[in-house]
Amino acid sequence: MPVAGLTDGAVEIAPGVHWVGALDPHLRSFDIILKTANGTSYNSYVVRGENGVAVIDTVKENFADTFFARLESVARYDEITTIVLNHLEPDHSGALPELLKRAPRAKVYLSSRAQMMLKALLKPSGEKPPEYIPVTTDDEVDLGGRTLRFLHTPYLHWPDTQCTYLVEDGILFSGDIFGCHFCDARLFNDTVGDFRFSFEYYYAHIMRPFREHVLDAVALIEPLELSTIAPAHGPILRHQPRDYVHRYRELATPRLFNEARSEKTLVVFYISAYGNTRRMAEALAAGAESIGGVRVSLYDLEGGESGIFTDLIEEADALAFGSPTINGDAVKPVWDVLSSLTTVNVKGKLGAAFGSYGWSGEAVRLIEDRLRGLKLRVPVEGLRIKLVPDSDELAACCQLGEQLARHLTGRVEHRDIDMAELA
Amino acid sequence: MPKAKVTFEDIGVTVTVPAGTRLIEVSEKVGASITYGCREGECCTCLTKIISGGENLASPSVLEDQVLKDNMAPRGHRLACQAQILGGEIVVKPA
Repeated sequence: MPVAGLTDGAVEIAPGVHWVGALDPHLRSFDIILKTANGTSYNSYVVRGENGVAVIDTVKENFADTFFARLESVARYDEITTIVLNHLEPDHSGALPELLKRAPRAKVYLSSRAQMMLKALLKPSGEKPPEYIPVTTDDEVDLGGRTLRFLHTPYLHWPDTQCTYLVEDGILFSGDIFGCHFCDARLFNDTVGDFRFSFEYYYAHIMRPFREHVLDAVALIEPLELSTIAPAHGPILRHQPRDYVHRYRELATPRLFNEARSEKTLVVFYISAYGNTRRMAEALAAGAESIGGVRVSLYDLEGGESGIFTDLIEEADALAFGSPTINGDAVKPVWDVLSSLTTVNVKGKLGAAFGSYGWSGEAVRLIEDRLRGLKLRVPVEGLRIKLVPDSDELAACCQLGEQLARHLTGRVEHRDIDMAELA
Repeated sequence: MPKAKVTFEDIGVTVTVPAGTRLIEVSEKVGASITYGCREGECCTCLTKIISGGENLASPSVLEDQVLKDNMAPRGHRLACQAQILGGEIVVKPA
């Protein structure tokens, strides 16, 4: 990837607006969870107004020297009146403690949820936090002839994230949204190499769990006049920036028309060594299906792959997992699915577990704990059946499905119970 | 042991609990919609609206108070991982 050719100076992206970021071409994995085949960039920007200079985000700490060299090529520290923090993750705030020392006049603008993070970030330096101002949508900073307007866009991909719009120039400093891990010194989307894969890969791993928030943000951004989107990673999108907003809307929208959208959906996953857990799954599914308003799908984990199941899970309202117990644990294909859900939002979905067992039957409780850990609700106690389910036990599976469906459709009668009755 | 009644309005369940129970201990077991993150009163994931009976919960600690303030929680909201039930009747739902 071309890195050579970039000087130590700032790069102008519009008159009085400069990129002062850093390139990290040798990074091969980011935040442990992402592969970065040609590295990444940490984008920081400087906006000059008649009355002051704003710095928007910084860089990872070990790239601070490069950042300060570029910054010094376009502004003096005593001119900096404004520091905007669109996102406080260390790859964007690493140089902040030093910047605050060098630019003591600057006021810091950040989202309300970022305040605690700022304090935590400055803790090791022992420095008193600077003057900071929490902002939200439509709050503005006047730099003199240039206006920074904030957009409250939380959970893209942390609670603190926001975007900043330079009104007069139509430049959106978007933070991580519309970014990607792609390192190319040519910087702009119409001059760099083919980064489309990186753009979509970044969405899939970073933004996808927050797709409802993506759609909220896109709705705020779509009405803006956009000349350029300047994200915190990857190419600066000056050519047809609106295409990238449109693509985000597409990515955050379910791929196929959902035939069951007027109903609640339950996906029953199972895996079975001798057919006992399968029979439980079928009875559970039949029970849930018997309650109107619930569309049930049944999947054998042995016949699929985690990626496909992740797509199904993202769209489902409720999930039930059936696993036998082998050596005191649920089986690996179940854990493979349950450990691959960080890329989708499962918070608040309903969950249930069931399974046949030979000796000890730990799988069901372990799965329930995992479901709760993933922030699913587990409203009905799971079902463990020793070896071959008889007709009464299959009826209990059916009942578990019915109860789950009633919870799903809000048709549970008020119950009074004692805590001692709860598992 | 003194008892209290907690109603989780979202799922229509009233649970009789021993005084001293924290909301987190019962809400998960009963499958209420309150979700948890850090479980230590820092992340504010389990913000819960106290519909009635707030006086039957122990007062928030300094930490909980600060987290509620920092996250601009409206009045009558508590962190379910921190709120301890003292007695009487309480009705809650996720924020």
